[in-house]
Amino acid sequence: RRTTRGLIKQNKLVRAAALLILCSGFSLLCGCRGEVPPKPTGGVTIVPPIKPDNGPQAYPEAEKSNLPVFTMDYPRIQIPFEITLWMLLASFAKIGFHVYHKITIWVPESCLLISIGLIVGAIMHSVHEEPPAVLTSNVFFLYMLPPIVLDSGYFMPTRIMLHLVLWFAVVGTLWNSIGIGMSLFAICQIEAFGVQDINLQENLLFASIISAVDPVAVLNVFEDVNVNEQLYIVVFGECLFNDAVTVVLYNMFSFVAEMPVVEPVDVFLGVARFFVVGLGGMGFGILFGFVAAFTTRFTSKVREIEPLFIFMYSYLAYLVAELFAISSIMAIVTCALTMKYYVEENVSQRSCTTIRHVVKMLGSISETLIFFFLGVVTITTEHEWNWGYILFTLLFAFVWRGLGVLVLTQIINPFRTIPFNLKDQFGLAYGGLRGAISFALAFTLPDNIGRKQLFVTATIAIILFTVFLQGISIRPLIEFINVRRTNRNLGTINVEIHCRLMEHTIAGIEDLCGQWSHFYWKDKFMKFNNRILRRILIRDSRAESSIVALYKKLELQNAMEILDTVSGDISAAPSIVSLYEEKKSSAKPKKKFLAADLRNMHDILSKNMYKIRQRTVAYTNKHTLPNDSQTKEILIRRHTSIRRSLRPGSFQSTSHKYFSLPAGQSLDLKFPPARLSYTDDHETLSEVAYPTRRSRSGRPTRSSSRAMMPLRRLDTLTEAPSVDTVGDGGRITDHGVSRTNSSYSDSHVAPRRHLNSSNDNDSGSVDNLRNNHHEAPEEEEEPQPSSSSPVWAAEPRDGTTRNPLLRRPQWNPKKK
Amino acid sequence: MGSSSSNMDHIPDAQHLMQETGFSAAHLVRLYERFDFLDKDDRGELRLDDFEAVSELAMNPIGDRIIRAFFSPGRETVDFPSFVRILAHFRPTDTNRTRNGRNGAQPEPANSRTNKLKFAFQLYDQDRDGKISREELLQVLRAMLEMQVTEEQLQSIAERAIQEADLDLDDTISFDEFKKSLEKVDIEHKMSIRFLE
Repeated sequence: RRTTRGLIKQNKLVRAAALLILCSGFSLLCGCRGEVPPKPTGGVTIVPPIKPDNGPQAYPEAEKSNLPVFTMDYPRIQIPFEITLWMLLASFAKIGFHVYHKITIWVPESCLLISIGLIVGAIMHSVHEEPPAVLTSNVFFLYMLPPIVLDSGYFMPTRIMLHLVLWFAVVGTLWNSIGIGMSLFAICQIEAFGVQDINLQENLLFASIISAVDPVAVLNVFEDVNVNEQLYIVVFGECLFNDAVTVVLYNMFSFVAEMPVVEPVDVFLGVARFFVVGLGGMGFGILFGFVAAFTTRFTSKVREIEPLFIFMYSYLAYLVAELFAISSIMAIVTCALTMKYYVEENVSQRSCTTIRHVVKMLGSISETLIFFFLGVVTITTEHEWNWGYILFTLLFAFVWRGLGVLVLTQIINPFRTIPFNLKDQFGLAYGGLRGAISFALAFTLPDNIGRKQLFVTATIAIILFTVFLQGISIRPLIEFINVRRTNRNLGTINVEIHCRLMEHTIAGIEDLCGQWSHFYWKDKFMKFNNRILRRILIRDSRAESSIVALYKKLELQNAMEILDTVSGDISAAPSIVSLYEEKKSSAKPKKKFLAADLRNMHDILSKNMYKIRQRTVAYTNKHTLPNDSQTKEILIRRHTSIRRSLRPGSFQSTSHKYFSLPAGQSLDLKFPPARLSYTDDHETLSEVAYPTRRSRSGRPTRSSSRAMMPLRRLDTLTEAPSVDTVGDGGRITDHGVSRTNSSYSDSHVAPRRHLNSSNDNDSGSVDNLRNNHHEAPEEEEEPQPSSSSPVWAAEPRDGTTRNPLLRRPQWNPKKK
Repeated sequence: MGSSSSNMDHIPDAQHLMQETGFSAAHLVRLYERFDFLDKDDRGELRLDDFEAVSELAMNPIGDRIIRAFFSPGRETVDFPSFVRILAHFRPTDTNRTRNGRNGAQPEPANSRTNKLKFAFQLYDQDRDGKISREELLQVLRAMLEMQVTEEQLQSIAERAIQEADLDLDDTISFDEFKKSLEKVDIEHKMSIRFLE
């Protein structure tokens, strides 16, 4: 609901945006106008006065050696200038889209980018300009592709069900390409179309280019339609993998295409090569990942260049793999995956943010540029149009995708706990848009392929078709077939609440039982990881579950976000809002609820209750950073409800000791915090990580006033980041049992033991201030009197100094 | 994953447990492995932080309640039999059992409809007084709803919920009232998970 004023503002914005776009477009045009010949009088050189009169002058007018006031030297800056302008133009386009929020819902982003490209291309064409010939094979493969793939790799959720995703992404794409290739070859045999000169290899090559799908548009729709989570994962995985798969297939087939004769031996060799290439790439990636992780172990003093290591190592992995002609994509993806886990622990929080943002930014730019370029090229190049070939390409692409999804689902459905039904399959099949990579690959085909222009045209056609038609129509279609159950004759409000509770319960129990993962191997790996790898690769590797540190980081970020909002209004902080006491509704007369009220309530409930298992739904948009605000919200609210419901004697109070930052806490942290390596002696340590100069052992001297509650998780409180004036706490994240969602390390384990404040001392003054702010209103919630401290809470973590009061378990099974 | 027989040796009272909970041997072995996995320090019992280490539970709005449900009042650890007994609530209901009727001697199985409902009830009723008070309902609601819901809306929702279910007009929901309000819902299906082998 926008007021008229809002509308006017919007219109102004739109006009401004359009103007900007046009301006940059025109300046680009001017820029493209080849070299501007240097003006003779504009020479920058100051000619020395002893210019002899010998020889005829080059220019008729005398060279007065006046100091030029204004000169222009375009050729010197031409290339960087044009590149920057292109990027800027594309980014303006992106800004422009979000002016109208509704657009981005209905139209996928790739669509919009291509449209802008088309417009610019039309402008260029009308003034008979050529687009800058920058998109060469080298430029694409060496500069534009790595960021895109790094982006996919870096933000890949570790929770992704690899076998499922690989099944659809890899096998599906293979199926597609071989199917399309074969059928196109069959079509080529028909004389009427005049494309007999395309042999099988070239057909296969072309098919491999257009077969990988990028169902990113589907993700947005699926999120709103509450789809089966595994389906979501498959779709998301396809998005991530499609680039990699396309390029790998392309490389494979192009290798084959160049061979004049293909023998059966070559096919086997080809398959073998595929594996070598793939596995080799992974090996390189892992190697580089470990090296990078190891390097970051020592970068505590050079925080500013930490992100550089990440980028350089990944890029290096890519280039070295290219050197050996093995799959550079696998290399960079595995490098990113391996690296991320360890690096995010070693590196400071700001570096981590920087890395993520830059990775996302680079990937985004690259992809934007490619789409944009696609739009421009569509208008400006000479097309070779062949009705038969192109139409059949479209048809086959569609048909084979549908078939592929059908067959693959049929094969794996028996093994799935929740089989994919027809609606899911339709969504999967229809959502198969083609991505930017297809275009880039087609455009950079080697010229020895005779029908290259036809391929380019066909690729453009199929991209445009899928992106525009399918991309725009997919949302209405899916919403149509997934009609929300509006006819649900809503049981009562009661039922709705209880049912949701039960769903959450089931989700929780399933997670507890580890239903999702074949955790046997994962467990083995995690054990190996903990024992060996972490010790080597992580600075100050300590035992798992630094829950406190995690929570502190979470709160920190939350506080920072609050302060970052326009008003910086602390009172908007969620934790404070929920501190309001509920009014005791005693003796209130029974309220009558009208039907409208009821409908409202149902509405509220259905819209606002947390969806089950949000973890992958956070990745709705490939173009934005993963959104974990819901998770944060859950955790923060739990934290506040814990504080509110502290009751002596209740079970909760035993575990959730909350310490608030004592007022007037020293914020000056120039002294290094005590490396609080918790040996087993520390039994009752309350305000644990408060570092003091004196007590190296870590027992804080100042803690007496708060030392009410003994704490259990001693090792978690070893919050000992290095002190840097930039002020980050060490990024100790919890990598306990299940490393879900490690891509955003905020959303880890529940911060039950909320010790954030005491650990904030370690962080820089600025952050501490913020947290202090955040903590200020919570000061009143003091811990309970010591009488209620239960015995078991005092027990230390290890087994040696066992609290005698702890009841021994009846049986002591042999531990593996 | 090792032969089941050798693994069963680790599990004390395996036979008894199987009978009590209705899990098969394969189920039990897998649950035992999971228990072992969660038990980071190899103590033979789980503690609060072991549960909390499961990060998905952290992100569950009612994750803390679920965890608490595993701990019997007064105890701070969960041993394997208790672990399994709680999980037994979530076994799919054996329809043939109910059809044959139960002789009075046999106690109601853990995964009966009533027991499932009881589990859910206890998620609300944290103070174990047998009633869901308005306050408890509000807490759960607050946990499950996003931030955008105002206090008044919450209050009215809770009010309505209690109004619907509260038959004896004591402003709380007792277990029977709870059960009655859910009589049309397929609890057996909603509160069951398929345990892997």
